[in-house]
Amino acid sequence: MNRAQSTSADQRSLKKLRVVHYLNQFFGQVGGEEKAGMGPEVREGVVGPGMAFAKQLGEAAEIVATVICGDNYFGEQVDEAGAEVLKLIQKYKPDLVIAGPAFNAGRYGVACGAVAQRVTEALDLPVITGMYPENPGVEIYRRFAYVIETGNSAAAMRTAVPAMAALVKKFAAGAAIGGPEEEGYIPRGIRKNFFHQERGARRAVGILTKKLKGEEFVTEYPMPNFDRVDIAEPLSKVEDATIALVTSGGIVPRGNPDRIESSSASKYGRYSLKGVEDLTAETHETAHGGYDPVYANDDPDRVLPVDVLRELEKEGAIGRLHPYYYSTVGNGTSVANAKKYASEIAAELVNEGVQAVILTST
Amino acid sequence: MVHVATVVPISETVGANKIVPAVAIPYPLGNPDMPPDEEQRLRRRLVEKSIEALTTAVEEQTVFDS
Repeated sequence: MNRAQSTSADQRSLKKLRVVHYLNQFFGQVGGEEKAGMGPEVREGVVGPGMAFAKQLGEAAEIVATVICGDNYFGEQVDEAGAEVLKLIQKYKPDLVIAGPAFNAGRYGVACGAVAQRVTEALDLPVITGMYPENPGVEIYRRFAYVIETGNSAAAMRTAVPAMAALVKKFAAGAAIGGPEEEGYIPRGIRKNFFHQERGARRAVGILTKKLKGEEFVTEYPMPNFDRVDIAEPLSKVEDATIALVTSGGIVPRGNPDRIESSSASKYGRYSLKGVEDLTAETHETAHGGYDPVYANDDPDRVLPVDVLRELEKEGAIGRLHPYYYSTVGNGTSVANAKKYASEIAAELVNEGVQAVILTST
Repeated sequence: MVHVATVVPISETVGANKIVPAVAIPYPLGNPDMPPDEEQRLRRRLVEKSIEALTTAVEEQTVFDS
């Protein structure tokens, strides 16, 4: 190749973008929930969905290495895991990192987002990931990555990969990166000033006029939804208080009589604790499909600590344990459903004179 | 209310005001690697920390670490 004659565009296309891909234990083809505790490992080249990416990326970019880490390992020590993963990524001197896609998997989304934050802050490299908008990783980390909007399960892989790859190719080409609607990523909350043809006052009046006429209008700035909760008064006289247990960990009576689904629960259950001193493998189980159930099935008190609450009740440290507990499965539960269940549960608890709640999650 | 949860950033992002960090995702209030009586003491400590959180006045989202 005669370098003296090549244009800068040719030189750009000569250089293949070096990419490192971050995956969890499942997509990294190590195993399921039983492997969720694995620490970060590296593989040369592509693994799993990396192959689909490589196909889409063609000559524009090359996945030189894949870092795989267990979702529990990451979720249980976000800072430490982030630092370890960063170290592994750094070794490959990439130009860009792809994480996931994580779809609606909460732990995975948080891991991808945390990796994005590390890479952005330490290496100043673009990170492209893919998530369903309700993934908690979106709200926490959206400004550190380009989070391509995806469907809510791995069934959406075949649309997520091309969408993510398209953005990677833009970086590879040194092209200007457009806004969220154009590129398909979730708004990052980053403000970029530009000159509009029409001045702001005119545009504002234009929107107001439409609104007054009952016509459709598009806001330029959607009001942010701060998920804040009013701080409740602290519990006084705990020795007289009725405390209730609620869980998203899916603890249900053995046999799951209400058939609460292992994912995307369409319901919650209210179960009696009358005469129950302790949860055991014989009496209860977990219905939750998003974590390794063996430990919760062995001793459900590990998720719903009835045994300790009964002890405290006997000792007079608390007034009493409310005789009903509430349970659902917080695995891919839609925000809308979660809100609905919570408001119904809370109304019942308040109605029945409960003063405090211990909510446990897995 | 107090939220006993492992991934504290998620609890914070949904607005929990009192958070007690849990042991691990598959066993928030337990540890299968411990002998049973030690595990029982661990669970007791976490529940006591939760009760302490319930009775404590806070001005902002607070993580009740051990």
